[in-house]
Amino acid sequence: MPNIISMIIKRLGLGVLTLLLLSLLIFLSVEALPGDLAETILGQQATPETVAAIRKDLGLDQPPITRYLNWLGGVLQGDFGNSLALKKPISSLIAPRIQNTLFLTLYTAAIAVPLSIILGLAVSLFRNSYFDRITNTTALAAISMPEFFVGYIMIYFFALSGYFPSMANINANTPLLDKLYLCFLPALTLTLVVTAHMMRMTRAAIINVLALPYIEMARLKGAKPSRIIVRHALPNAIAPIVNVVALNLAYLITGVVIVEIVFVFPGLGQLMVDGVKFRDVPVVQATALIFASAYVGLNLLADIISTISNPRLMRQR
Amino acid sequence: MPARKSASSSSSDLLLHMKNIHIKGKSDEKWIDIINGVDLELNRGEVLGLIGESGAGKSTLGLAAMGFCRDGCKITDGSIHFDGMDMMSLSKDELRLLRGHRISYVAQSAAASFNPAHKLIDQFCEAPMIHNVMSRSQATEYAIDLYHRINLPDPDQFGFRYPHEVSGGQLQRAMTAMALSCRPDLIIFDEPTTALDVTTQIEVLAAIKDIVKEFNTAAIYISHDLAVVAQMADRIKVLLKGDEVEQAATDVMLKSPSEDYTKSLWAVREYNRKEQKKPAKTEMPIISIKNVTAGYASKLDVLKDVSFDIYKKRTVAVVGESGSGKSTTARVVTGLLQPRMGSVSFEGETLPAGYQSRSRDQLRRIQMIYQMADTALNPKLRIRDLIARPANMYLGLNGKALEERVRNLLHMIEMEPDQFIDRLPSELSGGQKQRIGIARAIAAEPSIIICDEVTSALDQLVAEGILKLLDRLQSELDLSYMFITHDLATVRAIADEVVVMKDGIVVEQGIKSKMFTPPHHPYTELLLGSVPEMDPKWLDRLLDERGKDNLGDAAIAKMRNQGLT
Repeated sequence: MPNIISMIIKRLGLGVLTLLLLSLLIFLSVEALPGDLAETILGQQATPETVAAIRKDLGLDQPPITRYLNWLGGVLQGDFGNSLALKKPISSLIAPRIQNTLFLTLYTAAIAVPLSIILGLAVSLFRNSYFDRITNTTALAAISMPEFFVGYIMIYFFALSGYFPSMANINANTPLLDKLYLCFLPALTLTLVVTAHMMRMTRAAIINVLALPYIEMARLKGAKPSRIIVRHALPNAIAPIVNVVALNLAYLITGVVIVEIVFVFPGLGQLMVDGVKFRDVPVVQATALIFASAYVGLNLLADIISTISNPRLMRQR
Repeated sequence: MPARKSASSSSSDLLLHMKNIHIKGKSDEKWIDIINGVDLELNRGEVLGLIGESGAGKSTLGLAAMGFCRDGCKITDGSIHFDGMDMMSLSKDELRLLRGHRISYVAQSAAASFNPAHKLIDQFCEAPMIHNVMSRSQATEYAIDLYHRINLPDPDQFGFRYPHEVSGGQLQRAMTAMALSCRPDLIIFDEPTTALDVTTQIEVLAAIKDIVKEFNTAAIYISHDLAVVAQMADRIKVLLKGDEVEQAATDVMLKSPSEDYTKSLWAVREYNRKEQKKPAKTEMPIISIKNVTAGYASKLDVLKDVSFDIYKKRTVAVVGESGSGKSTTARVVTGLLQPRMGSVSFEGETLPAGYQSRSRDQLRRIQMIYQMADTALNPKLRIRDLIARPANMYLGLNGKALEERVRNLLHMIEMEPDQFIDRLPSELSGGQKQRIGIARAIAAEPSIIICDEVTSALDQLVAEGILKLLDRLQSELDLSYMFITHDLATVRAIADEVVVMKDGIVVEQGIKSKMFTPPHHPYTELLLGSVPEMDPKWLDRLLDERGKDNLGDAAIAKMRNQGLT
């Protein structure tokens, strides 16, 4: 046990460092974008005087270093600052979006993770059969198509026929059942997008283990093929599977902007895209930090689960 | 269960009858023959020894007795009858019900064959539960009972550990116990002690022998080690490249083998180079290791105050079991590991501790040959480049002279240059790869070569050839060898002096003739006494003399308690 605790502490420390570097990187790349927030706000009425006034108002006349450090100081005290474009506290902008994104992520994960692991086990059990080939090809086809395209196909089949709504416009007051109903199509689209990766990794990890002597031993003990896969191979293949699941969950939190747009879903991704469009640095910073924390946190969780699943790491001689 | 019914109906003593077995294996899209028409008969309670070198098809034949083929293999012809049942006509599920239940298997490497994710006792209980022979609690009780019987430490708690928490010898015994979990009629032992140290091997052999006798189980005992098979088998069958060479009762086979191949297997053990005469008192040793204490990252010392000398043209065998510090000593000599205390000197001159600070000439004079020729040779380089590299780097040879040198070296290791010079390592056999390793070492024109278990991964006949080659090169090139090995037969064959190591300490050292005659240090005694002899009664006699509780780990622990190591 002490091993795992010291590992968590070490990894959390590294995570914080990663986030810090990332915030700097994001800040610099937004700085490097052409254009200017003040000009964007003023549009046609921009005169040098008004632009200068607004810049001063927003603190944009300060050198970048000062702005970055001011912002960092605020974050360390739990204050993400105000959106430059909307002049509202960022936390009030982000809170409902986070809820929505997390809801959609969990919804998708609840379908996709069990589905892909069970499919992965099934295809490794019947490896090289027609079932294996068809499942693999279908899954590959699903990730090879652009997400928005999958989204529109879903709308074509399920929304035009009236079974499910094509707009997932939810808010904090939508009851849970309605939410599930409204978000079904985006969740299904995302499931199609992430399942292939997780399923194929499960298959590869299991088949890797199947070549080991202890699997032959299990066969020579008279264990059934299904028992060999589930009881002998799976516990030893957890680490790679969990890691891929974590990466895909992180992707669900961060990379679904296009799907959000197709289904008009008020998620974090859209917020970030708007932020970039308006050069609204604090919003971009805040969302980027949330995305990065999701990656760091999920990867840490994956490492903890792989460690716990391996008695050689848990009980060292 | 259909399986049991036929058992009672057949009253004959014949348990297993394999007739004219042909097995093919797929390699590079081509089917090649692995077994070409072997017959095998086994009576109830009988132990058959299967002997042969690697590639003889021993394991394949053993697994076929379970109606099992590894992936990429298939039985193409022949019949297998087990207890009156035609195994070739059984369905997959019917075969599955036999495996682990009436026929079970003990694998070569217990460490790899136990599932690392489950406790030992859960793995023991698996077969009885799959086959509905016992309930979980009955099986657990039976496991603990067997653990007691084969003298595992703390038998009541032993099974509740994970495989990585117990030693190799204990795992191998646990696997033997596991094979018995359903009280099978037949157990296939596939090289069960090959991966173990000699002192550990004995405790496993004792456990297997005890169990086979007690339960009157028939067994097929597969090994390349004749002396071991002699202890276990009633009858021995010799295989060569998928063909049966001959078969006879054990004592007949040992006394008077009829085939030349069998005789050559026997002869291997008789190679014995005569000991070189002692160096003069005034002579300066090539390598002198002085009071070296060393260890890796942790605080633990792996070597404690190790000292010994290696003289010109002499072979010093460093003997000990795994973990005794043999290879660590080699790492200190080569400068790969810097000692915490003590030093290594070369012809009287103290060498810098780390290889980075040694001169190129100092590096050139000490070369190494490794155990796994497979991993020691860069698979992407041709033989030409593998050997040319040290000759170019240390001696500055180039162009024609370099080519000449490489060809010359290939001649010296008895490999025809025109045939081999442009091959890749993957196009060579194990013995040939090891020869390339030797050529690469002598290409640098060293004074001393450290040979780290160079023959351990090779078949006996091939190993014999390597030893003879090393011997010849020694007299031709005035080389010294530091010969690391755990195999006492090799020591007997090639050493002038012997250094016995245990837990990082040199427990005894001296010239070979003295080391192999009593009195010995108790540990040397144990080590020597644990090497199986070609006498079928050897193990029984040893067990009578020492007692069941005084073997392997237990004997070493006892010694430690008496303060002898």
